[in-house]
Amino acid sequence: MDVAALFRAQSGRATAGLARRLGDLDRAEDAVADAFLLALERWPRDGVPRDPAAWIAIAARHRAVDRIRRERNAVDKHALLARLDAVNATPADSDDDRDTLGDDRLELLFTCIHPALDRDAQVALTLRALGGLTTDEIADAFFVERTAMQQRLVRAKHKIRQAGIPFCVPPPHLLGERLDAVAAVVYLIFTTGYAPPRGAWAMRTDLCESAIVIGDLLVRLLPAHGQTHALDALMRFHHARRATRADDDGHIVLLADQDRALWDVGEIDRASASLKRALMLPPCSLTHEAYIAAVHAHAPTFESTDWDAVVRAYDALIVLHDTPVARCNRAVALAMRGDVEAARTEVAALAREPAMTRNRYYHVACAEITARTGDIDGARRAYVRAMQYAGDRDRYVIARRLQRLT
Amino acid sequence: MTYMALIYGPPMPPNMALPPEAHQAWLDYTQATKDAGVFVDGNQLADPTTATTVTVRDGRRVVSDGPFAETKEVLGGYYLFACANLDEALEWAAKCPAAQMGGKVEVRPVVERPVAVER
Repeated sequence: MDVAALFRAQSGRATAGLARRLGDLDRAEDAVADAFLLALERWPRDGVPRDPAAWIAIAARHRAVDRIRRERNAVDKHALLARLDAVNATPADSDDDRDTLGDDRLELLFTCIHPALDRDAQVALTLRALGGLTTDEIADAFFVERTAMQQRLVRAKHKIRQAGIPFCVPPPHLLGERLDAVAAVVYLIFTTGYAPPRGAWAMRTDLCESAIVIGDLLVRLLPAHGQTHALDALMRFHHARRATRADDDGHIVLLADQDRALWDVGEIDRASASLKRALMLPPCSLTHEAYIAAVHAHAPTFESTDWDAVVRAYDALIVLHDTPVARCNRAVALAMRGDVEAARTEVAALAREPAMTRNRYYHVACAEITARTGDIDGARRAYVRAMQYAGDRDRYVIARRLQRLT
Repeated sequence: MTYMALIYGPPMPPNMALPPEAHQAWLDYTQATKDAGVFVDGNQLADPTTATTVTVRDGRRVVSDGPFAETKEVLGGYYLFACANLDEALEWAAKCPAAQMGGKVEVRPVVERPVAVER
């Protein structure tokens, strides 16, 4: 019995149910943690219950009642207990556990990713409450001291309770923009796992998988919104390439050099199915990003990529969401399509963008485009500039590309 | 829950009356909050040049003129709203004429305390 895995998979649902009823994430998390401790004690002795998730949810509810009863200074003790009583509790081993165990994770997700909380807090709360990650694991992933991460979580949960941030799905007129924010945070969690901001290229698959699980939840609970399918597709297209992202020494392998035979075909199929659904709904920037990922995923080799499709998708993306990064990527695709001069003009226009000047990826893009014009010296200079702004990890990869320049 | 909406906007010259449309917008807004049963209290504050600050040092009262905000935005008034949650309070705050005209509205919950037992 892997309790850690069970915690990761099941704690979110139990936490969500309690948090929504109590209006208090802190109390909910404590009660769910108690329930897991109880499980560690009971299950080895009595055997694992038929429906562990329901057992946990019900045990957590009992623990929450006990905790609140014991609190001396709870202002709203009776109100809290009444809210818990409103739930029809069924014995942990009856047959209809699954039906009575509601799913409030969507509500909890919108609470964790509420605009009244800052982005860092949103990410941390989501990973903790819905991803089932420990504070230490989250602190590790974001290169933050454990105590600082703990404070961030405490402060955020305090604000949820004191400011009355509700546990509910936003009304229709706000749902679109709130869902955009939710998708952005989930994708940020995914990319943090996929391309850790620092350290070795050890992927944090726990983050990627948490993000994919939350993405699944969004697809199931909000299927009428294109963002949910596009997010699911985008993450899965990237996830399909996870085995080829780094070489045996832990150095990143760029898309052009990845062994496509090792890409996860099943995952690509799931991603394609999601993208198909996203394309039937009004597009958002994630739809175009997922489409670009799809073109790469379906190309037999890097050279035979349908660069024209990639350029057109970037065009559409830029109409919706114009960023220097999107323009830089579009320039690379232009060069690959053969429009080297257009690509050169595009990257030259970005040279003064604050987000690009010290960005290693920008200078790498300049180098590759310049190399295609035959200006090897110019390309070399751009690679050297890229190395100036790269950490050790990326400098090695850039140096290798520089050596290959002829 | 009770929320206070603190309304910030550009400083207005002393004694300057609001244009009639703006005045009407505030009246309509206040009426809407009353109709919705959200309104608890609300007032416009006189301009910041009328502010006086009092502190007590070593048991002595010290009264001074000001403070005069040097910021682009000054506190111009407030509302107290009774709302179910922050989202509802934010909805009302966003509808307020100041927010609609480029000002800022800070929303803060009022701390709820147990009602004191009568002796």
